[in-house]
Amino acid sequence: MFFSKKKFRLASMIACGILASALFTGCGGGDSAGGGEQKAAGDEIVIGANFELTGNHAQYGANANNGLKLAVKEINDAGGVNGKKIKIVEADSKSEAAESVNAATKLISDDKVVALVGPAVTANVIAESQVATDNMIPIIAPAATNPDVTVENGKVKPYVFRACFIDPQQSEVMAQFARKDLMANTAVLYLDSSSDYSKSLGKIFKERFEADGGTVVMEEAFLAKDQDFKAALTKIQTANADVIFVPAYYEEVGKIIKQARELGITAAILGTDGWDDSKVIDIAGKDALNNTFFCTHYFEGDAEVQPFIKAYKAEYNTDPNVFAALGYDAGKMLVNAIDKAGNDSKKIRDNIEAITDLQVGTGKITMDPSTHNPIKGIVVIETKDGVRELRTKIAPISPEAQERNEAEQ
Amino acid sequence: MIMLVFGLVLYGILQMMISAKVIGSFWELNIILICVNIIMSVSLNLINGYTGQFSLGHAGFMAVGAYVGVVATVKFGLPLIVALILGAIAAGCLGFLIGLPTLRLRGDYLAIATLGLGEIIRIVIMNIDYVGGAAGFKGIPHLTNFTWVFFVMLVTLFFIKNFVNSSHGRACIAIRENEIAAEAMGVNTTKYKVMAFTIGAAFAGVAGGLFAHQFYLISPTSFTFLSSFNYLIMVVMGGMGSITGSIAGAFVVTFISAALASFPEARMIIYALALILMMFYRPQGLFGYMELTNVAPIKKLLDKLSGAKGAAT
Amino acid sequence: MDFAHQLVQQLINGVSLGSIYALIALGYTMIYGIIKLINFAHGDVYMVGAYIGFAAITIGHLSIFPALLLSMAITAVLGMLVERIAYKPLRHAPRISLLITAIGVSFFLEYTSMYFVTPTPRTFPEVMPNISFNLGGFIINGQQLLILSITIVLMAILTYIVQKTKLGKAMRAASFDTETAQLMGVDSDKVISMTFCIGSALAAAAGVLVGVYYNTIDPLMGIMPGLKAFVAAVLGGIGILPGAVVGGIVLGVVEALVAGFLSSTFRDAAAFAILILVLLIKPGGLFGKNTNEKV
Repeated sequence: MFFSKKKFRLASMIACGILASALFTGCGGGDSAGGGEQKAAGDEIVIGANFELTGNHAQYGANANNGLKLAVKEINDAGGVNGKKIKIVEADSKSEAAESVNAATKLISDDKVVALVGPAVTANVIAESQVATDNMIPIIAPAATNPDVTVENGKVKPYVFRACFIDPQQSEVMAQFARKDLMANTAVLYLDSSSDYSKSLGKIFKERFEADGGTVVMEEAFLAKDQDFKAALTKIQTANADVIFVPAYYEEVGKIIKQARELGITAAILGTDGWDDSKVIDIAGKDALNNTFFCTHYFEGDAEVQPFIKAYKAEYNTDPNVFAALGYDAGKMLVNAIDKAGNDSKKIRDNIEAITDLQVGTGKITMDPSTHNPIKGIVVIETKDGVRELRTKIAPISPEAQERNEAEQ
Repeated sequence: MIMLVFGLVLYGILQMMISAKVIGSFWELNIILICVNIIMSVSLNLINGYTGQFSLGHAGFMAVGAYVGVVATVKFGLPLIVALILGAIAAGCLGFLIGLPTLRLRGDYLAIATLGLGEIIRIVIMNIDYVGGAAGFKGIPHLTNFTWVFFVMLVTLFFIKNFVNSSHGRACIAIRENEIAAEAMGVNTTKYKVMAFTIGAAFAGVAGGLFAHQFYLISPTSFTFLSSFNYLIMVVMGGMGSITGSIAGAFVVTFISAALASFPEARMIIYALALILMMFYRPQGLFGYMELTNVAPIKKLLDKLSGAKGAAT
Repeated sequence: MDFAHQLVQQLINGVSLGSIYALIALGYTMIYGIIKLINFAHGDVYMVGAYIGFAAITIGHLSIFPALLLSMAITAVLGMLVERIAYKPLRHAPRISLLITAIGVSFFLEYTSMYFVTPTPRTFPEVMPNISFNLGGFIINGQQLLILSITIVLMAILTYIVQKTKLGKAMRAASFDTETAQLMGVDSDKVISMTFCIGSALAAAAGVLVGVYYNTIDPLMGIMPGLKAFVAAVLGGIGILPGAVVGGIVLGVVEALVAGFLSSTFRDAAAFAILILVLLIKPGGLFGKNTNEKV
């Protein structure tokens, strides 16, 4: 105990040093941002990026954050908006709802951001949305597809927007695809029971699939970060269904497809935009992915998404995934809104609401003022021998279908 | 008495600073979090520090309190105080039911059993659609504010301090020091272990209720075993078996996390290093078994103050 | 498929899943056995091992077995360093402080890795042929078979080391009573270092094999397997090598059977419930001796 007193002393000095400097700069940052004049006089416009940078969803948050950073970098390299550069202040929601509120509060009250982008996951956006609404700071959620993100008790939340389509659209497209294109009569749902994204997609798929005359014969569940799915898959195999619907994120999906094929399950496997990452192919293997289909926001072979894919590859030296693309879209939308509004959060909000035919990374979008969901198309993609092919493209949703969706919410 | 006056003065100062906007909403939120965490760490300290029972499932009881609380306010429209009490009762009952069989286990076996129970609670909540399941419970009214958490925290501290200083508390400490000897001296060890566990769980439930009504939405991800670790860190960092220590631990841990919010990518690394180095420097925690009121100069001051007061009255 | 067929297939699934828990649990239980520390950082050492193996294969272009050995060697050194730097100064501190340090080390490894390798998961290239055998309708994966055999071989080697060699004798002595062992001429510090070496090398082996089998690795991949391995070690009787393997396989089989025949939603809850039940009936775990504490 006594032999290393010196070491203890050294260690404690380092500890105190780290702590003191961290605390000092932490508080200092808050104080300096507190000055209201600086904001008005500065040549910067500050936006907040509240993402899951640590914890279970860090990979999704970090990718969306990369997309956002790219969009902002592009505009800054081009001279900024009205001569002002846009600055991103990042905060970590730790993949947790309460921490998301904490991070958003910090960005709004200490960093005086004019608008927020993020987080990636639905629950974290919903938690944050109240803070933003109270402080009248607009949010663009890049990838939160749950209808409740922008609409509460039938009323649209004035300050909350998103850059993606919503779950009922995805499930409807896939349910119809299963019935009409694949002629499936029976389906199994295999859901991530720790994810509301997965559960809500599964629920709507079941409604639509059964409304169209199909039957959901079995529902099974797994947990995010699981490695082994064979037990549930063996059970699923006994159901002998025509399709298996797995609305989940790519990491688990890749393993599920691999293990399903190993067990000899040959049925078609369907999914949603959480699948959209080229890693699925690496994880599952080319052969396993035959006879799998998913819907997403864009097809990587489309001409209009090439500039984004090229720019992203140049910046990060890797293919963008769906989170990166939607983070980029959200960044584009926000930059466009700031362009005409400057520092005024209220005007930025109005401009986001008025977005019409804006060219973003994944195509042209128009904001629907009554739901704050962008009106955009859906593509269904089939993977054949490790290559993605466009199966069908569903044009931006028609006003009638939209009304039907609203009525059902 | 002195402590109560001190608490009220502290409340007055902080409340004034919050009203005058000297403290921005981010730090106001973190002061509230500190108070909630103090309730959590003091109640966990009663189990871990005073009674010596290694529990790693405290976040589970917090979850029960939080969910029962929000069901009471949102679904039944009850006032916050009733919600907190119901949450405390629910968490306390569960603590009693869980404690009765599992407290026969010792040391690390108890730790893994309580950790498992905490996870079971979370998984069960995740699959109850009535409370939102994995998506979390949405639309919680924002009822918690600084005044609420501060006074609930004071009540908690007052209760636990008195419990520890009562004959029940002495029995608990005897169990911590040596369970077999305590039993030989006629202490009903099961009774006191379960009692401490139940009280600790009930206050965790209260903290959960306050926590839930602060954040608009609660989801099972806020109550994983990693959050239980976090409360354990607060207790150990402050000092096992010291109420002042638990307060300091909750303060330090929450404060570091908030102050490092500007460095999102490095925050956890710095936090981990701080944790390791803190344990090097003071393995017994900031306060060890000491209370602030027993630190010599402060004790003298307190004695003088109460003496003067006594003379005046 | 009839019920019996499904039951056998689920048992196969369970044993193959359990062999992974067992492999991680071996290292866990060794370290616990010697310094009574729940080494929460063990799962993260396993993650680091997986990343080193990944780097050796993708950057160093090694084939699987050299990569596995390299990863085991480097991770062994890492484990020793962790023990020297973080745990040794606390040898006489309360055990709970050591536990908090272990949690600190765990966070440190997770988030330092995340800082350098980003949270995006990496995919292992195919370095081993992935063959599935179909034996009369039952599907057995070749890699899983390999993992199971490696686990059993390692368990046998370890048991031999612990029971028959001088080092093992020293380990057992140090585990029984560190100070008395020291008085008897056992260099406890060295023995503890060696234990961390071996334990970490085992974790690295598990990390690389799991990386190859499941194809993905990410900086937080160690949290859940680490916890499950701990459960497995306790289930079997913590500190007992065969107990860790049996505990791991029992846990795997329970999970597979619950997911296959009851409800996959409550799989983890059921695994924990079984653990608690076993502990209530046999407080020392399946293989543990139920000793009463002395006054």
